[in-house]
Amino acid sequence: MNKSVTIDREGLNQLISVLNGMGFQVVGPTVRDEAIVYEKLESIKDLPEGFTDEQDGGVYRLKKRKDKSLFGYAVGPHSWKKFLHPPERRLWQADGEGGDFEIKPEKLDATKFAFIGVRSCEMHAIAIQDKVFINDKFVDPVYQVRRENAFFVAVNCGQAGGTCFCVSMNTGPKVEAGFDLALTEILDNDRHYFVVEVGSEQGEACMEQVTHKLAQNEEVTLAEKVVKETAGQMGRTLDTTHIKELLYENLEHPRWDDIAERCLSCANCTMVCPTCFCSTVEDVTDITGTHAERWQKWDSCFTMDFTYLHGGEVRASTKSRYRQWLTHKLASWQDQFGSSGCVGCGRCITWCPPAIDFTEEIPKIRDSETQTLKTS
Amino acid sequence: MAGKMEPLMQSPMTPWPYRIQKVIRESHDTFSLNVVPKNSPDSMTFNPGQFNMLYAFGVGEVPISISGPQPGGKGMIHTIRDVGIVTGALHKLKKDQTIGLRGPFGSAWPIEESKGYDIVIMAGGIGLAPLRPALYALLDQRDKFGEIVLLYGVRKPEDLLFTKEFETWRGKYGVQVKMTVDTADREWRGNVGVVNTLVQRANFDPMNTVAMICGPEVMMRFAVSELKRREVPEDQIFITMERNMKCAVGFCGHCQFGPAFICKDGPIFRYDKVKQFFGIREI
Repeated sequence: MNKSVTIDREGLNQLISVLNGMGFQVVGPTVRDEAIVYEKLESIKDLPEGFTDEQDGGVYRLKKRKDKSLFGYAVGPHSWKKFLHPPERRLWQADGEGGDFEIKPEKLDATKFAFIGVRSCEMHAIAIQDKVFINDKFVDPVYQVRRENAFFVAVNCGQAGGTCFCVSMNTGPKVEAGFDLALTEILDNDRHYFVVEVGSEQGEACMEQVTHKLAQNEEVTLAEKVVKETAGQMGRTLDTTHIKELLYENLEHPRWDDIAERCLSCANCTMVCPTCFCSTVEDVTDITGTHAERWQKWDSCFTMDFTYLHGGEVRASTKSRYRQWLTHKLASWQDQFGSSGCVGCGRCITWCPPAIDFTEEIPKIRDSETQTLKTS
Repeated sequence: MAGKMEPLMQSPMTPWPYRIQKVIRESHDTFSLNVVPKNSPDSMTFNPGQFNMLYAFGVGEVPISISGPQPGGKGMIHTIRDVGIVTGALHKLKKDQTIGLRGPFGSAWPIEESKGYDIVIMAGGIGLAPLRPALYALLDQRDKFGEIVLLYGVRKPEDLLFTKEFETWRGKYGVQVKMTVDTADREWRGNVGVVNTLVQRANFDPMNTVAMICGPEVMMRFAVSELKRREVPEDQIFITMERNMKCAVGFCGHCQFGPAFICKDGPIFRYDKVKQFFGIREI
């Protein structure tokens, strides 16, 4: 371990076959509906070869690259949470009649996933969700088993997106921990290969079945250079100094009203966010009333029902919902789970229809604080 | 990273079957269900102030605080106001029928920590339900506490709960029980007005008092300010918070109140720890 090897495109293809052979369901980036999403992969032919993405506030467009790179883009609308924390699942069923019933717990779906192309920000996002679902007081068995079974083929970003700010959040672009294998894609003149860092015994066992070479020093240096250049290309930045105190002390700041005039309360930001974990439950029965089921579904703090209490909603205004989302993400998350809830992936900026960008909003709140200090 | 593991426990989202051993009518819209586990009748412990998620077959699940029994009594009592679809379905259930139950969840009233103090209990409406087991625990060791005061406000006289027990609490245990109603007809001879007006009439040593409050947020706001006016220290005041709750185990995110998850950090909070967020509109 701790040694780097190189594989070529065919090697990556072999890796997918090997993982398939080991019983993993291999998932990774692929093009669908003009976006790069995470779905089942059969071979490297399913990867978005020669594609990149243009991202900005409310903007996402696929573009052709001049090369044949396989990971030459940033993150899209999907995140790995859809596999570890499924958007919709049955929790249990019950059958009964005449005031008596029996509950049948759901059989554990312990699908073994191999994730191809996990970025550093996403590795951090998964570690953050771990704290919610397995490292706190209660454990979600489905998340736990899927998480423990998962195989991670991470990718060091070779290009930052227009809304990326992982450098500000200390979450990238270099993958540091938690991976089985970490790839850096290199396109050097006519040569197209991957420098592979092995991060676990299972990763090593896997690589034994894949044609590879020991990495040369210059290849490793080149890989390091790629990540360093990406770090210099961040589309956004965020000053996180005392950000918790800043938000806690500005819960009544007029900027929230300003944002609320633009926010559609559409919940896109929470759906694309790789750390947002909120869910709701739905009870359903069949037509005879003798069979009942309970389903869990992703939910969002932007919906009206989210805070319903007898008599009405606690957060009826868009302002209060946006404030809750952002204050949770950047401030109260720290109190709850010991880290920020934001990994700087930029999805919430890209997929916001009116292009609300909190890397622009936070400085507005911060600047007005500085001004108050000056005038007082 | 990949590894092998087999989870052994039942998901915390799956309810256990409980049998209703008694249904008690408490008032025109409020009833109590005393339940015991169908499978393991001995495995019930809870701390005063904790709550359970109760499931009515095919309808849904609601958080309900545990209102009894007295120490040594059987089962867990839940006092429920029939205000919605699920509580309405629970209201229709009869003795020996089944409900689903998850719990107990949440924080508890500080009983042990309050030994040597005077105790002021303030309840608004159904808020008396989670305070009753606290009273039972206090009275069980009556000599360990100083004055015990119960200040209880409801909208109308017919909303009063547990009144049969008040005489025992007064007579046998020397509890100062004071009640008030928001509006009353001619037959009512007691106090009229909001519950915080009773604070000034109660006899307790403010600096040496622990206050436990449960009721609507607006009632608790006034109660806290009245107690502070009498100089009860903020770190000796305990309040309860309520929010929408879907899971009770910190997964669903619905019950967040500032940095707290009401399900696992609450529902009972020491006032000074949440005062930064208490009373902020739409928080």
